[in-house]
Amino acid sequence: MTEFIIKRVLQAMIVLFVMTVLVFFGVNVIGNPVYIFASSECDQACLTKTIAELGLDRPLWEQYFVFLGNLLQGHLGNSFTHGIPALSLIFERLPATLELAFCALALALGIGLPLGVWAGLRPDTFISRCIMAFSMIAFSLPVFWIGLIMILTFSVQLGWMPAIGRGDTVEVFGADLSLLTPDGLHHLAMPAFTLSLIMMAIVIRLTRAGMREVIFADYIKFARANGIRERRILSTHVMKNLLIPIVTVLGMEFGGVIAFAVVVESIFSWPGVGKMLIDAIGVLDRPLIVAYLIFVVFMFVVLNLLVDILYSLLDPRVRLGGNQT
Amino acid sequence: MTAVLNVKDLYASFITPGLTVAALQGVSLSVAKGEILGLVGESGSGKTLTGFSINRLISPPGEVVGGQVMLHGEDVLTLSEEKMRKLRGRRIAMIFQDPMMTLNPVLRIETQMRDALRAHEKIGKAEARKRSIAALDEVGIPAPESRLRSYPHELSGGMRQRVAIAIALLHKPDVIIADEPTTALDVTIQGQILSLVQGLCRDRGTALIWITHDLAVVAGIADRLAVMYAGRVVEVGPVDDLLDAPAHPYTRGLIESVPARGQRGKRLNQIPGRMPSLADLPDGCSFAPRCEHATAACAALPDMEAFGPTRSVRCFHPLMERALWAMR
Ligand SMILES: Nc1ncnc2c1ncn2[C@@H]1O[C@H](COP(=O)(O)OP(=O)(O)OP(=O)(O)O)[C@@H](O)[C@H]1O
Ligand SMILES: [Mg+2]
Repeated sequence: MTEFIIKRVLQAMIVLFVMTVLVFFGVNVIGNPVYIFASSECDQACLTKTIAELGLDRPLWEQYFVFLGNLLQGHLGNSFTHGIPALSLIFERLPATLELAFCALALALGIGLPLGVWAGLRPDTFISRCIMAFSMIAFSLPVFWIGLIMILTFSVQLGWMPAIGRGDTVEVFGADLSLLTPDGLHHLAMPAFTLSLIMMAIVIRLTRAGMREVIFADYIKFARANGIRERRILSTHVMKNLLIPIVTVLGMEFGGVIAFAVVVESIFSWPGVGKMLIDAIGVLDRPLIVAYLIFVVFMFVVLNLLVDILYSLLDPRVRLGGNQT
Repeated sequence: MTAVLNVKDLYASFITPGLTVAALQGVSLSVAKGEILGLVGESGSGKTLTGFSINRLISPPGEVVGGQVMLHGEDVLTLSEEKMRKLRGRRIAMIFQDPMMTLNPVLRIETQMRDALRAHEKIGKAEARKRSIAALDEVGIPAPESRLRSYPHELSGGMRQRVAIAIALLHKPDVIIADEPTTALDVTIQGQILSLVQGLCRDRGTALIWITHDLAVVAGIADRLAVMYAGRVVEVGPVDDLLDAPAHPYTRGLIESVPARGQRGKRLNQIPGRMPSLADLPDGCSFAPRCEHATAACAALPDMEAFGPTRSVRCFHPLMERALWAMR
């Protein structure tokens, strides 16, 4: 296990390094941010001065090493627009995104698992067909479209839900949470649901498929033949087997959900990192974009590692490192 | 001897729109306290289905459609689902064929045994643990305490089957239905499991239904033998009598198709033809199309008739000479 983790951490560092190169050069070759900062009256001397201030006059590779050196010390540079460290900007916005993503995850599991179990237990009923159709639709419709339709329906037409913003928040351990105030919850509901749809569809499909397989397994028949109560069989004997693929897939998917909450955050004006990225791209705030991308890669790598470890905990047949008999 | 379990005229079908497969067509058998009944027959004859019908665990579209399953004089087919659950594992236990598949791959042995115990008794963790250790010890598992923490894949096939047997025995059931429990094991382990189960059932007076298609196994373990063909029992009687002098032509066919010592080089006798499809069985004796003794009479369905004091057979033309000779 330890050996496995060390290996994975080394791999992760290589991935991160390659990413810093790609991200840095990729972002720095596009556009010229100086024109955004410099006022229209700025003459050539003024421009040169701004360029020097931003460190843009040095060769690209030198800029990269400065960037890498800073990165190793935990500095990802100051945001051009905000003038404060990009990383602290990300961490400032992160709680909002994490809150959104975790609520979406909870919704996906809380709604998806029961629906999937139902569809697996009674596959031929009308309700099950509806559930499967729903999962199909949720998976294939574009997220921005669903978001807009929800705003049109529930905010504009019916006026039940606030269309944008985060609502009241309370501070918990230094992070603002909407989840704990009625108004915040009201604001959170639509974006979280919209963001959860794809995960929910995946959970429904995996759960149903798993159910169809597991409930016919001999060990479930044996559990029944031993008189174990149906509730216990479902909640433990079946569920533990079901969760293995679900955790794996969701773990992979979850990084994407955080990273690409961009769309949902933009539609609902949710003040998270995704919305910040869109704003940063709009003004070509390079350090902020780079910091965001590095952060996302880092998060993916960490999540994948966690999924692997969790997977081995759930499935005792998998032994990490593979050096066990 | 009074029967612990008495199955009378059991019918089971697989009912789907457009097709009904009548897989069991009046199966009757009984087993007494401490008795071991061998249930043999070729693949598809309905042995497994009989076992699952007895504790009402056939999965849809299968369904018991008639008959009685009397356990100590009470028909379990009429019980409520909850009463039936309380019976399973406590009064009627099962052991399955493939020990790889019988134990849940993601739960520790301890959890699986504790769940089986708690299905019928309100006991704490420590007590469950104590009982589990004792049960594992009884089936000859070395170092049972450390085995409790194992997952099934960490045990050998034989060990896994021992664990399954320990679970089946936890509540000292009246009847155990063992469905080919040794088929998936290699021969030496087979012998161990066989004598283990035999010994445990004898000691406790547990009735045992041993389902197999291996006549050699049955000869070694069973007291009585029931032979199934196409969803019906065609012959029942003491195992030695049946093996020495089968009365039903099908029973004889089964025995003759087993390779025997001293007959090397001799061509094995095979029963010609195949078992008919259960979806459209012939009206009369279902073995008639394959039977060299069949006559016009066999177009009707023979009843199960007494054949001597301890046997019965479902045949218009039982193999008299050898059987009578054997009964002398
Ligand atoms: N889902 C099903 N639909 C239709 N028929 C079925 C179904 N499952 C089983 N059957 C029928 O029930 C019959 C009895 O099957 P069963 O498993 O009891 O046979 P068996 O005697 O245990 O055979 P084996 O020695 O191969 O285990 C089979 O002939 C099969 O055709
Ligand atoms: Mg079978």
